[in-house]
Amino acid sequence: MTLSTGHSAALDFAQPEPPDLSSGKYVKLWQGPQHPGITGNMSLELVLDGDTIVSCKTHVGYLHRGFEKLMERRTFIQNFTVVCRIAVPEPTFNEYLYSHAVEEISGIEVPERAIWLRTMNLEMMRLASFLMWIGGQSGAFGQYTVPNWTLAYRDYVLDLFEEMTGARIYHMYIVPGGVRAGLPDGFEERARKIMKGAEKLLDQIERVMFNNVVFKARSKGLGIITPDMVDPYGIVGPNARACGLARDIRKDEPYLAYDRLDFETISGNEPDAYGRAYLRLQETRQSINLIRQCLDHAPTDGPFQADMPNVLHWKVPAGETYVKAECTRGEYGYYMVTDGSEFVRRVHVRGPSYTHAIAVMERLAVGTNIADIAGLMVSLHTYPPEIER
Amino acid sequence: MNLRDLLSPFFVWQRAFEKPYTSIRPTIDRPGAPAYRGFHINVSEECVGCGSCHSICQNHAIDMVPVAEFEGRTGDSGLRPRFDYGRCCWCGLCVDICTAASLRMSNEYAWISEDPDEFHFTAGIDDKPWQNNEHGYRRAEGYHLYPPKRIEMEMLSPDVSVQSFEEVARGYSEAQAKLEADRCVECGICVATCPAHMDVPDYIHSIRDGDYEKGLQLMYRTNPFPATCGRICTRRCESVCPVGILGEPVAIRWLKRFIVDQVDAQDYQRILNDQIIESGHRVAIIGAGPGGLSAAYYLRKKGHAVTVFEAGETAGGMLRYGVPSYRLPDADLDKDIAYIVSLGVDIRYNTRIGKDIEFEQLLQDYDAVFLSTGLSVPSNMRIQGEDHARVLSGLQVLADVASGRDPGIGRQVAVIGGGNVAMDAARVSRRLGADVTILYRRRIADMPADAEEIHESQEEGCNIVPQAIPVEITTADNPQQVSIKWGEAEMVQDPKGGRPRPVLQEDRMHTDTYDCIISAIGQGSDLDFLSKENQQQLAIEWGKFTPGEYQQSALQKVFVGGDVANRTADAISAIEDGHHAARGIERLLNPDEFTTTQTDNTGELT
Ligand SMILES: Cc1cc2nc3c(=O)[nH]c(=O)nc-3n(C[C@H](O)[C@H](O)[C@H](O)COP(=O)(O)OP(=O)(O)OC[C@H]3O[C@@H](n4cnc5c(N)ncnc54)[C@H](O)[C@@H]3O)c2cc1C
Ligand code: SF4
Ligand code: SF4
Repeated sequence: MTLSTGHSAALDFAQPEPPDLSSGKYVKLWQGPQHPGITGNMSLELVLDGDTIVSCKTHVGYLHRGFEKLMERRTFIQNFTVVCRIAVPEPTFNEYLYSHAVEEISGIEVPERAIWLRTMNLEMMRLASFLMWIGGQSGAFGQYTVPNWTLAYRDYVLDLFEEMTGARIYHMYIVPGGVRAGLPDGFEERARKIMKGAEKLLDQIERVMFNNVVFKARSKGLGIITPDMVDPYGIVGPNARACGLARDIRKDEPYLAYDRLDFETISGNEPDAYGRAYLRLQETRQSINLIRQCLDHAPTDGPFQADMPNVLHWKVPAGETYVKAECTRGEYGYYMVTDGSEFVRRVHVRGPSYTHAIAVMERLAVGTNIADIAGLMVSLHTYPPEIER
Repeated sequence: MNLRDLLSPFFVWQRAFEKPYTSIRPTIDRPGAPAYRGFHINVSEECVGCGSCHSICQNHAIDMVPVAEFEGRTGDSGLRPRFDYGRCCWCGLCVDICTAASLRMSNEYAWISEDPDEFHFTAGIDDKPWQNNEHGYRRAEGYHLYPPKRIEMEMLSPDVSVQSFEEVARGYSEAQAKLEADRCVECGICVATCPAHMDVPDYIHSIRDGDYEKGLQLMYRTNPFPATCGRICTRRCESVCPVGILGEPVAIRWLKRFIVDQVDAQDYQRILNDQIIESGHRVAIIGAGPGGLSAAYYLRKKGHAVTVFEAGETAGGMLRYGVPSYRLPDADLDKDIAYIVSLGVDIRYNTRIGKDIEFEQLLQDYDAVFLSTGLSVPSNMRIQGEDHARVLSGLQVLADVASGRDPGIGRQVAVIGGGNVAMDAARVSRRLGADVTILYRRRIADMPADAEEIHESQEEGCNIVPQAIPVEITTADNPQQVSIKWGEAEMVQDPKGGRPRPVLQEDRMHTDTYDCIISAIGQGSDLDFLSKENQQQLAIEWGKFTPGEYQQSALQKVFVGGDVANRTADAISAIEDGHHAARGIERLLNPDEFTTTQTDNTGELT
């Protein structure tokens, strides 16, 4: 498949002349890092002309927890309990990619049942994360009803996680070798009920949030990503799909059970905040559909863990690999190097926010106004914690 | 702007009438899910204190602390996990690895206390409200953090094994040994249980590292018979290995054997590097069995001149004349003995104390004496007619075969007894071409023989008749044969709670005729070489010594050990007795230099 974006020579990367602050014409304003939202764990150094942004510089470093380094000092089994913390709203992708990288290097084959349970877990994660995002997007434009609905409903999805994995946020369910348990009794029935409710909720949200003059007025035309920006900026996920590119790792390079699931890559043709939001709404519905398919197909018995060595002195052979998966924001990747010892040599975690919240944000912010900056940032669906591992 | 977009948002009002999401009393109305990873529960009765939970916890949230009520329990370190909730992240890895499945989590997640010290607690010992919670995280069935099954040892198939005296267990390949060594959780409970306190986790570790020379060095610190014990040890270590609680214990014996099999006998001198500085003291040892030779090894290392008096013509004691070579090939026993002898141990063969040299003489000529003469006298069945010429003793049959003599058992053989000697006699008889019936008083489950031995003897075609009590031996029509009258037994519960007793059923008697009957119901000591006076002085009861500290007898110079002085009567106990006596003799000879923590010439603890 060729996915040429028609890279445009017209795209200008030249650094603009910095505004002359001594002219008295501009005001400098910092958004974050004390801003109490997901957008606020990093800071934007904004220069304003009136309330129009003329330059935006991003600063990170407020959330650096050194996970990649911590991992070098913990054994392979111990790390799976650490990685979930890298991206708080979407821990599962870290669990999966960490485990998958270790499995690739060690040549561990994960059993069928675990493959399905992992797939379902990842889609449940996408669902929970999208619900939180929808609330965030609505709230960022000053509409606080929808966040109450979606965050509360996300808790029902977290209930499912709690049942399935033993925890609501840091599930620690996907482990090298498979998963930690099969599904508890009655899970399927409860999951289907919650999926049904979620679908109803999304319909209501479509009426309230999307068919809404205010939301439309504020989001349409905001933060337009043109196809020629996609590759030079490394834009992935819904941010890329909304401008018409049908790129989805689940479809293009299927992993886990995705090649056996019935779904299409969703792409749009409105590359602004509204278009991206609408695309995510559809992807939320898609996740519900995929969870149902997993419930239909996941084997209910058989092993859910490969034969493992004694993890107390597990040495993974020397090797390296890059593994990736489609999280809610696009390609999430783990690059791992091992040296044959009981510890990982180096892990590099690459989440999509790295570009979306830094380079892309700096470009798209210019020309918008101060009230839209949080809404714009949410519309790129950024998670500062994954920028700073 | 279209009108729909203006009106549509007012739909929110409809939701005003829906049930709220929130609960008023969340911790009461909404308990944690059945598999929630909440506060820890430890069923401390089931926990064995292996410390695997402590080893796996990346947060060092678990300390293993002594708990008085469990100290001294067999197969139990006496320690229990103490949790520091200032550190725990509730990952549950400790639960996943728990070898006894005693550690769980409750679904309780709210805990408020004014006393910060409360969050540091020994689960299952300090009373906590969730201790009996029915729900909470448990390790799922089928989920393992170490392989529960052992690597199977390749064995000769029974139809091949009965054809010859070739060793049945073929030994692990390097790859197999490494996989098996991987299963060890390094708890050390085996070390405490092994009579010789062998450093099992460390020598297993040396297999994982592929450093077999190190492994050999570690083994010789406590046992100069590793090739032997790696084959025939009674392995009490394996019976307490916590990996065996939910799965199969680590094959400690086979791993020990693997290490020895990797090292060439010629390299022992270089690897073990036993430097001997002569002390000028002279020690006599009676009996060249494992007890005597173990003492000889450790005494020699201390520089004492050691002379071993052995009645037989070779060394090894019952390991040579009892244990059949399909379990312990001569070459492997010789490997162990040769190294001991190479340190300058003088063995006087064909020299029976009491006949060739008097015991009193030794007391005069030597600074100390270690006595380890074993059990050589077969016990009587105490039934009529047992002195019949066609009633042989198991020990005699085994000794004949070991010495290359034909024991003349014939084609139809009955073996009486249920211990290891009976199994050996039966399997040896099978190899000599006989049909074998084993008569045992109680049930198969009650047999004192190793379960593996029972299983293998059955596989090799021995027919075990349990609950069969011999009553009388009679002459058969054919003078080359013998008849046995035996009766069926019912197991009767002991009113005092002891093990059930077999009771003869007079109305269910049988008489069978065999070419010979091999009696193997136990053996006793032969201490006639000691004068009546010595016997009294040495406080012998029921043919056994009861040694004091460091195996010292009531005669200051005389130390005793091995089968004549312990209740376990196996090779490893004899080996440890010998080692221990060597320490005692060292204390006697060099009281000023003696410390309870002895080190060898490399400074390592011995
Ligand atoms: C058939 C059989 C199978 C066994 N299987 C196992 C097994 O699988 N695993 C295990 O751990 N144990 C086994 N044992 C037990 C084990 O062999 C003994 O526990 C061990 O050999 C005892 O060692 P020891 O040094 O006390 O005595 P012994 O090995 O009996 O050695 C005593 C030595 O002293 C010599 N001696 C005796 N009297 C005199 C004297 N007056 N003067 C000079 N020398 C004398 C004897 O000739 C003999 O060489 C088995 C025993 C038998 C009989
Ligand atoms: S739950 Fe995890 S962090 Fe807590 S004690 Fe167990 S292993 Fe350690
Ligand atoms: S792992 Fe289990 S058996 Fe071992 S000490 Fe911990 S709680 Fe006890």
